[in-house]
Amino acid sequence: MPSVMIRKSDSGALLFYVAKKDMEETIATVETDTPQTWGGEVELTDGSRWYVDPISPPPVFPTTLRFKRAD
Amino acid sequence: MANLTREETLDLIAEVLEVYPEKAKKDRAKHLAVNDQAIEQSKKCITSNRKSLPGVMTVRGCAYAGSKGVVWGPIKDMIHVSHGPVGCGQYSRAGRRNYYVGMTGVNTFGTMNFTSDFQEKDIVFGGDKKLAKLIDEIEQLFPLNKGISVQSECPIGLIGDDIEAVSKKKAKELDKPIVPVRCEGFRGVSQSLGHHIANDAIRDWVIGNRDGDDSFPTTPYDVAVIGDYNIGGDAWASRILLEEMGLRVVAQWSGDGTIAEMELTPKVKLNLIHCYRSMNYISRHMEEKYGIPWMEYNFFGPTKIAESLRKIAAFFDETIKANAEAVIAKYEAQYAAVIAKYRPRLEGKRVMLYVGGLRPRHVIGAYEDLGMEVVGTGYEFAHNDDYDRTIKDMADSTLLYDDVTGYEFEEFVKRIKPDLIGSGIKEKYIFQKMGIPFRQMHSWDYSGPYHGYDGFSIFARDMDMTINNPCWGKMTAPWLVEEEAQAQPQQARA
Ligand code: SF4
Repeated sequence: MPSVMIRKSDSGALLFYVAKKDMEETIATVETDTPQTWGGEVELTDGSRWYVDPISPPPVFPTTLRFKRAD
Repeated sequence: MANLTREETLDLIAEVLEVYPEKAKKDRAKHLAVNDQAIEQSKKCITSNRKSLPGVMTVRGCAYAGSKGVVWGPIKDMIHVSHGPVGCGQYSRAGRRNYYVGMTGVNTFGTMNFTSDFQEKDIVFGGDKKLAKLIDEIEQLFPLNKGISVQSECPIGLIGDDIEAVSKKKAKELDKPIVPVRCEGFRGVSQSLGHHIANDAIRDWVIGNRDGDDSFPTTPYDVAVIGDYNIGGDAWASRILLEEMGLRVVAQWSGDGTIAEMELTPKVKLNLIHCYRSMNYISRHMEEKYGIPWMEYNFFGPTKIAESLRKIAAFFDETIKANAEAVIAKYEAQYAAVIAKYRPRLEGKRVMLYVGGLRPRHVIGAYEDLGMEVVGTGYEFAHNDDYDRTIKDMADSTLLYDDVTGYEFEEFVKRIKPDLIGSGIKEKYIFQKMGIPFRQMHSWDYSGPYHGYDGFSIFARDMDMTINNPCWGKMTAPWLVEEEAQAQPQQARA
C-alpha cells in the first residue's frame, strides 16, 4: 500500500507519483470521476492498475493517498 | 567524422559489451541505449538508478555526498558536521565551488570542514556524548552560526547512535535548529538517495518552522530559486534576470543560501527549480502542503533562457510578462555578439557529456546555440524521469549511457571521436591524454558562472578556448612528427 501523491501536470493530466520509488506516471483512466466522488480503480499509462476507496467530495490536488495494487 | 546511424550505434554498444562476462553484459546492456525521440517513456529503452556492478569502474558518490556535499553544504550560515571519521568530509572539502558572500569562520562556514573525527573508542562506545560536546564547542567557537546539521557518515548507522535524541536536546538548550540527517553513505545506490534524505530532513526540521508566523511581508511577486548551487556564481547570474523581470527572489536553495531563506520559502508564490533531480522532493512537498506551484526552468544558453523567462512570466500578470520581453530584448545585443564571435569557431563540433543531476540535458541548448551538437549524454545517478526529459532534447540515434563505466566511456569515445567531452575530474586526464579536448562540467573547470546571459558569454569563451587550443595539434612529439610524415606517404603508396 504505497503512499501516492497525485498532482496535476502542466497539461492538466493527473500524475501518479510514488515518492519511495521515485516513480511518476500519468493516470490514464479513473473509475469514478464525478463532481461528487473521485476514486476506485485507476489505470496508469504504463498499464498498471491501482485502487483507492472512492472519496467524496473529491480531494483537492495535489494530495497524498494510499493506493493498493489492483492486479 | 559523420554521425553514426542507429544501426551503427547499436553495433557499437554490442561491440563494447562484448568483453563482459555473460551476466554483467546482460546487466549493462539495459543501461545503454540509442536515442529514439518517438519513445515517450524512457523505461522502455533504458534502466537507471540501479546498483552499480561490482568490478566495473563507476564515478558515483554516496548518500552522504548527496546530502552534505550537494544539498546541505552550501547553506552558508549553518555549520554542517561530518559526523564520523575525518576522511569523508576532508577529502570532499570545498571542492564544489559553491560561491557565497560572508566572512568564512565568522558568520559563514561554507568552505570549512567540521567533523567529529571518530576514533576506535567512539565506534566501540558510541559517539553520542562526543556529538553533544562538539555542538557545545561549535557554539563557543562560532557563536554566529544560525544552526547545525549533523551529516551521518557510514559508521553512525552501523553502530546505532541516536543522533536525533542528541540533536533535539541540544536544539532546545541552544535555541537553534539542529538537524540530524540520516544520510549514511551505504544507503541507496548513489548520491541520489542522499538528495532525497536531505530533502526529507529539510521537510521535517526546517520547512514548517515559520508556519503561522505572518510577520514576513510578502509580495505577489515572491519566488524561490530551488536547486541552484551557485557553482562559480551561477545562482547570482540567474537571480539578476529574475529581479530585472520584477520578481523578488526570497530564497536561494542552496547556493549562497541561508537557513532563514529556507524557512521563508513556504511564503513564496512560485518555486523555480533548476536541478530537478536533487530538489524535486521538497518542491512537491511544498506544493502539497502550501499549494505553491513549481516549474522547471533552464538558464543555459539564450534560446532556453528566453523560453524559460516566458514560461516563468506566464505565472504572473501582464507587467511581468512585458518585463520578461524587455529583459530578453535588453540582452539580445550581448548574446548575439557572443554567437557571432564564437559560432564560426565552434560550428559543427560534436560533444559527449557525462555529468550529474541536470546538466546532461540542460546544457544541450547552450551548445546548440553555438552551432554544436551533443552526440552522447548520460547521467551518473539519474532516475527514469530524468531520461524521460532527456529523450526529447537529444537527436535521434545519439547515444545514451546510464552510470557508464570507465571502460565503456573510453570505448565509446574512441569510436565516436567527439571534438569535446564534458564530464568530471575523474575523466578529465584520461581523455586529455587521449588527445581530446575536455571541460569539467561539474565545477565548470574553475570557471563560471555558466547560467544566464552573462554565463553564456563565459561558457562560449571556455568552449572555444578548450576546443581551439593549439595544444591539441601538438600531441605528437616534434621528433616523431617527421617520422610520421614520412611513414604516411609510404603507407598510402602501399
Ligand atoms: S560511503 Fe561512507 S565512508 Fe565513504 S565517503 Fe560516504 S559516508 Fe564516508
